[in-house]
Amino acid sequence: MTDAPAVRLHDVEKTYEEEGLRVTALAGITADIPRGRFVMIVGPSGSGKSTLLNLIGCIDRPTRGTVEVAGQAIAALSDDRLTDFRARAVGFVFQNFNLFPVLSAYENVEYPLLLLGLTAKERRERTMAMLEQVGLAEQARQRPNQLSGGQKQRVAIARALVKGPSLVLADEPTANLDSANGAAIIALMREVQRQHATSFVFSTHDPQLMSHADETFTLKDGKLVGHHMAEAA
Amino acid sequence: MLFKLAFRNILRNRRRSVMSIGAIAVGAIAMVLFGGFVALIILGVQTDTVRRAGHLAIYRNGFFTFGSGNPAAWGMQGYRDVLEMVRADPVLAPMTVVATPTVALFGIAGNFEVEASRTFIGTGVVPHDRDLMRRWNPYALPYGTMVPTGLDDGDITKGVVGTGLARILGLCEALKLSDCPPAQVKEKSDVPVVADIAALADSEKSANAEPPDTRPHIDLLAATAGGAPNVISMVVTRADRQGVKELDDASVIMHFDLAQQLLYGRGEKRAIAIVLQLTETADMPAAKARVNALIKARGLDLEVRDFIEIAPFYGQVLGMFGAIFTFIAAIMGVIVLFTVVNTMGMSVMERTAEIGTARAIGLRRSGIRRQFLLEGWILGAIGATVGIVLALGIAVLVNHAGLTWLPPGQSAPSPLAVKIDGMWKLHGGIWIGLMVMTTLAAIIPANRAAKLPVVDALRHV
Repeated sequence: MTDAPAVRLHDVEKTYEEEGLRVTALAGITADIPRGRFVMIVGPSGSGKSTLLNLIGCIDRPTRGTVEVAGQAIAALSDDRLTDFRARAVGFVFQNFNLFPVLSAYENVEYPLLLLGLTAKERRERTMAMLEQVGLAEQARQRPNQLSGGQKQRVAIARALVKGPSLVLADEPTANLDSANGAAIIALMREVQRQHATSFVFSTHDPQLMSHADETFTLKDGKLVGHHMAEAA
Repeated sequence: MLFKLAFRNILRNRRRSVMSIGAIAVGAIAMVLFGGFVALIILGVQTDTVRRAGHLAIYRNGFFTFGSGNPAAWGMQGYRDVLEMVRADPVLAPMTVVATPTVALFGIAGNFEVEASRTFIGTGVVPHDRDLMRRWNPYALPYGTMVPTGLDDGDITKGVVGTGLARILGLCEALKLSDCPPAQVKEKSDVPVVADIAALADSEKSANAEPPDTRPHIDLLAATAGGAPNVISMVVTRADRQGVKELDDASVIMHFDLAQQLLYGRGEKRAIAIVLQLTETADMPAAKARVNALIKARGLDLEVRDFIEIAPFYGQVLGMFGAIFTFIAAIMGVIVLFTVVNTMGMSVMERTAEIGTARAIGLRRSGIRRQFLLEGWILGAIGATVGIVLALGIAVLVNHAGLTWLPPGQSAPSPLAVKIDGMWKLHGGIWIGLMVMTTLAAIIPANRAAKLPVVDALRHV
């Protein structure tokens, strides 16, 4: 189990019914994503990046094939068990940040810990440590609407990492940021990924970001057409 | 956190939440005010009924079912023993304010000076007992106490009639009644029956050999228990307005002894009923059971009835207002239901992406459901609390405004008031009812939110 990759995909297919038509979003994807790597999924719009991330993130199920995350076959889990698995093992960073607008930065980061049933003391310590790591300890009490785009994404990263997940998924995390903020966010993600030895998988269509990745998977028309490993890795 | 999140989400769209809370509060206000108003009416009707009829009445067995057509025939022999039995009983005595005999009768009332007569419905009462009964006010209602009977324990000739009967018998002037036209003077007629009754009354007076009395009086003709006609003269001290015209045109309240004289002549004096007025209405079932036990133990041919049986009007009032209150509560409930369903439905739609985020992070479907149910509950709690507090404020204003209204069946205007004290059960019930209603209303949108596929919810813009 410990040797299992962060994600194992075997002959994964995902199809949708749209207005009576069968649309294939992913077809025949087989890949292993090793643990503790900074992995990018690249490809043009509509290539199936988000669909693949949804399957890896256990928020969707494949039409065919198997998906294993941290050695756990997700098809075997009920909805509640799968939700609990996500609560423990998977962190998400969204393109639109998806922070809860009625909660402060601190409360947003604390939220996943509440779902794990941690004590107030543990939550406080881990939340503040995470906010400090992303450089937002000063803004802990501020609501999302009082934060800049870059700060919001830092909160989202802190929220994804605070529970110590084995896998963090980020769907186009820099798409709504300017290039400077985008680069800073990628640098931050890379830094915390190394510190926490977490597996990071994120999608992008920005070729400039590819240089940051340990591994790159390329999708086109729902098929895996390329796999590139960085030399340094 | 769950509560914090729910509360903040409610504050998020303040205008919509205020509208929902307002609708719930209006529902609470309507129910609290109407409930308090109805409670006071019901207590008022109960108080009025108990003042007039007491809580319990002991009759000869069968009187209640068959005796009203011929009360004289259903007289209770040895009523004094029954009275003593009730008054001396150690269980009943502490519960009882008054135990008093009464006689019911009917006949013809005439004022032969103006050649007017009318059938009457009479009641013979013990004046000081009835005056005590008329002071019964355990709920401290703002209506005060009833005026005394106007009868005198020491003067059995005195009686009180309805204003309608006084008018018909030409007593307006003598009794100084306002809003009462003067008697129409008729030409002397030779109606033999009236002449006969006048002669009978005159002969009664001469037989008694009393000095002429200048006070207004009427003559009452009734059949005795033996079937013979009997006439007595009654001094009319006052005319009281009765709530129902038929009764106002026929009511005669007289001294118990005078009624016995009229009904039984020189024969054995009886009572039609022994009336018991209790300190508390709540004691009525226990008192009734005790009386029944005494009757059974002594083998008496008697029955006991409570005021709900004697005065079905009370039960009808209770039923009518209960139905109206239920109707109003149902309407308010439906309004609250739709308002909250709409508010929560809008909230689910606006927060679809947040629902997807929470689910992705690891919140179960049940957590989402709980979140929205809690929001519905909080809306209900705030709305119901605000509504009840406002309603109590409005009730205080209404109670101090000095407004009056004329309840059905009453002869005098009553204060228009809303009962507040001792109504915690109603207020608590309304609060809990609205809680339940708003929480139920949140179930549909909460379920919809919980069932959203995570991916679809996250895609929602």
